[in-house]
Amino acid sequence: MAQVRVTVDGVNYADDVEPRMLLVQYLRERLGKTGTLIGCDTSNCGACTVSLNGQSVKSCSVLAVQADGTEVTTIEGLARDGQLHPVQSAFNECHGLQCGYCTPGMIMAAVDLLGDNPDPDEHEVREGIEGNLCRCTGYQNIVRSVQRAAQMMKPGSGVTSEPAPVAGGN
Amino acid sequence: MTTTAEPTTLEFGKARTRKEDARLITGRSRYTDSITLPGMLHLVVVRSPLAHATITGVDKSAAEKAPGVFGVYTAADLGAEGIGLPCAWPITPDQKAPPRPLLASTTVSFAGEGVAVVVARTAGEAKDAAELVEVDYDPLDPILDMEAAAQDGAALVHPDLGTNVSATWVFDSAAAGTGDDVAAAISAAEADADSVVVRRRFRQQRLIPAFMEPRSVVVDPNGEQVTMWSSTQVPHILRTMTTVTTGIPESKLRVIAPDVGGGFGGKIGVVPEEMLTLLVAQKLHKPVKWTETRSESLLAAHHGRDQIQDLTITAKKDGTVTGLDVHLYADMGAYLGLVGPGVPVLGAFMFNAIYKIPAYKFTCTNVFTNKTLTDAYRGAGRPEATFAIERLMDELAVELGRDPLELRKQNWISHEEFPYTTVCGLTYDSGNYEQATDRAVELFDYAGLRREQEERRRNGDKVQLGIGISTFTEMCGLAPSRVLGSLAYGAGGWEAASIRMLATGKVEVITGASGHGQGHETAFSQIVADQLGVPFEDVEVLHGDTQISPKGLDTYGSRSLVVGGIAIVKAAEKVVAKAKKIAAHLLEASEDDIEFNAGQFTVKGTGQGKAIQEIAFAAFMAHDYPEDMEPSLDSDAVYDPENFSFPHGTHLAAMEVDTETGRVTLRHYVCVDDVGNVVNPLIVEGQVHGGLAQGIAQALFEEANYDDQGTLVNGTFVDYTLPSAADLPSFTTEHVSTPATSNPLGVKGVGEAGTIASTPAIVNGVIDALRHLGVKNVEMPCTSQRVWRAIQDARGTATQETPVDTHSPGAGLGSIDPNNPQGEIQ
Repeated sequence: MAQVRVTVDGVNYADDVEPRMLLVQYLRERLGKTGTLIGCDTSNCGACTVSLNGQSVKSCSVLAVQADGTEVTTIEGLARDGQLHPVQSAFNECHGLQCGYCTPGMIMAAVDLLGDNPDPDEHEVREGIEGNLCRCTGYQNIVRSVQRAAQMMKPGSGVTSEPAPVAGGN
Repeated sequence: MTTTAEPTTLEFGKARTRKEDARLITGRSRYTDSITLPGMLHLVVVRSPLAHATITGVDKSAAEKAPGVFGVYTAADLGAEGIGLPCAWPITPDQKAPPRPLLASTTVSFAGEGVAVVVARTAGEAKDAAELVEVDYDPLDPILDMEAAAQDGAALVHPDLGTNVSATWVFDSAAAGTGDDVAAAISAAEADADSVVVRRRFRQQRLIPAFMEPRSVVVDPNGEQVTMWSSTQVPHILRTMTTVTTGIPESKLRVIAPDVGGGFGGKIGVVPEEMLTLLVAQKLHKPVKWTETRSESLLAAHHGRDQIQDLTITAKKDGTVTGLDVHLYADMGAYLGLVGPGVPVLGAFMFNAIYKIPAYKFTCTNVFTNKTLTDAYRGAGRPEATFAIERLMDELAVELGRDPLELRKQNWISHEEFPYTTVCGLTYDSGNYEQATDRAVELFDYAGLRREQEERRRNGDKVQLGIGISTFTEMCGLAPSRVLGSLAYGAGGWEAASIRMLATGKVEVITGASGHGQGHETAFSQIVADQLGVPFEDVEVLHGDTQISPKGLDTYGSRSLVVGGIAIVKAAEKVVAKAKKIAAHLLEASEDDIEFNAGQFTVKGTGQGKAIQEIAFAAFMAHDYPEDMEPSLDSDAVYDPENFSFPHGTHLAAMEVDTETGRVTLRHYVCVDDVGNVVNPLIVEGQVHGGLAQGIAQALFEEANYDDQGTLVNGTFVDYTLPSAADLPSFTTEHVSTPATSNPLGVKGVGEAGTIASTPAIVNGVIDALRHLGVKNVEMPCTSQRVWRAIQDARGTATQETPVDTHSPGAGLGSIDPNNPQGEIQ
């Protein structure tokens, strides 16, 4: 057993975990963060994407012990004070989800993408979310959602209040 | 109370954002694998690595001693040797259906078939122990080629059956009295200098549905009823079939499909793991969970398509089609799935598509091989048929030197001819192919692109342009129970609905449809809001739990709206009829004088009225109501449609093909679909987009490849290449509407349309780009390698064969453009 101290969605945890335990297993099985989902075994699908110190990671390719000392934000911690993150709102507004299974990972990847590039064109969005697979939408409305979120997040857009930064992010 | 009941804005047709999103975008979802019960154990399946082998021994001893292990079981240990999973579609009376075991006992028939299960305290412990189960196999030669397997003298997948042919199913328009004799049409065409005969063989490669949520089952045997949560499209069918399979009384089993992460037909089955989880939970008296890995899912969940199509079309030289003959081989895999043998039959009525073809015959041979079984995958039979006829119309156009769109127009059913009874005996109630095509041609700039194509050909450009056409229709909304009965389908096609009017004015709608991404909660709320005149927000749609929604036939075949939605309308009509009686009583008026509009019951010509919520409350209080009725507005309905629905559309694809590398790029895609009246355009557009992506993926990216030992060589998402966002463009989608006349909302199904239509549009486009180089066909998926080989073959250039066991579609990586290497995946 190894000890891990980690802040997840604003709560501090200290746990003993098996060294082989993946971060996604720790989140789901130990912390009950079942909003984060598992879609493959090869780090291709991105359903398990979370934010680790402000960077999006596939939590199936991070060991829980590697997350020691970090701050993690999952889909469950993205909305603050009952206020959806603009990316969440945009996915609803633009019908960027159907079955919803890729959605938590897709939203977390999009949050990171917009952190790096606040005004991506269609090509940049498509490249930016390439590591997250969706089988329902054909991606078109996901691309629209991300671009809509970018618009909403522009300073002074008036569309929404400034989103809270993801934990550990700048 | 208003007297002149102002018409409120109708919900029907409004682009409502979805109700179900609120939980899904915040992580408040409840998928099966997220369910954890006290004391729950985990089940892992030990699977055969071999496609065909005799089991000579199973040594469980090491696994049984591993930490946390509660038990290791073979079929015999579970008393399950005699249990076979049902096939619900005997397409012929003499269909051969081998027992499909929960776990193989003596012979394994495909790679991935279960041999034993391990049950442990954690999933990790179960997986570790599963690796300690020693199974001894004597390998047998795998039977992998469906065409060879169908021949006399072939080695047998199931020797007891004496053949690999499960069934041969025939439709002959001459025999059915719906058309002429196709053999005569072909003979006549062959003898006639003014006719042509075009013969082609096309292959529908094997695909994997690849829903994003891996399948998962949780069974809790505690309590009076056993509860099974399953990631399924069909909770009601699953309950009935579990009873049929295991003997558990239907009344003792509750099945819940909680949030389900996609299905596309892939979760229509009733699978061994569901039964095994139940049996183990009952044996150990503990809750048990099974969740598959992605590799297990790709290997052992059912596959789709996999047909060889031999086609003959005849026509006069003026372009009039005179006959169509279809011979299929369909690979069933090792066993028959729940509806697998009927998949080609669903296509049988669609090869004639939108065309007036006087003579038609369809013959399908279903064949066993040592591969994963096949069953429904989005479109189920109809994509195969549409591909065949739409590719064939292009081939015929080339033969006749005609524009492919003009040739289609010459042969299709014109809009004045509806309702039209086809050569298959189906009556298409409505449609307007001219309208959809004219709009698509305009949006696409068909003439402009033809000019550009001509220019590029003339200049000998490295990158050539092709235009792909697909003018499709489909039959969906499965559907009329009597028709399904005539096809020996093992169930009806009705759907059930109930509406409960709560005391506080809220409305609960119970549907037997079981949504898993389609947006039922939103679309059905819109329908009920209009029918009852209540706010959209006040409607709650309940589904996917056999204790809440006791009656239903679930979600597949684009049936939820056109069958389930109409059942809801019928239930709402009954609610209004009951409410009207109470309203008349309370308002001291004759029922004939009561009008209902926008939620208000009013007495004609007076200012008196009551809202439906007031009536619901009055019924709840029951202090004062008519003597000849019960104090309730709640109503049930079961709706069995009289016909299928027949959506159609025109899809156009501009394909660029690099003639040096074989690289294919989808430059522009336009589709104009007619799905009848649209409840929610946002949802319809989303369904079309997703359908297109799956159909395009068949054309360009996906194939389940087996090596010569019957091993699936691309059983992970690394190499079973689903398209990513970078592999697809944005589509131009529009819709036109000729309302269905077969249901009161005028709606047609939309779930499968994009998938059915798009595959031939893409492939026709690829070939159209290369036709002038002598390329006549490219098999799917049209990878760079296949396209490049087709070009070399046409030029007569010899190329080195690629060994089959190293073959990979090599696509799905659209961003790897040799001319734009910065786009590579990091």
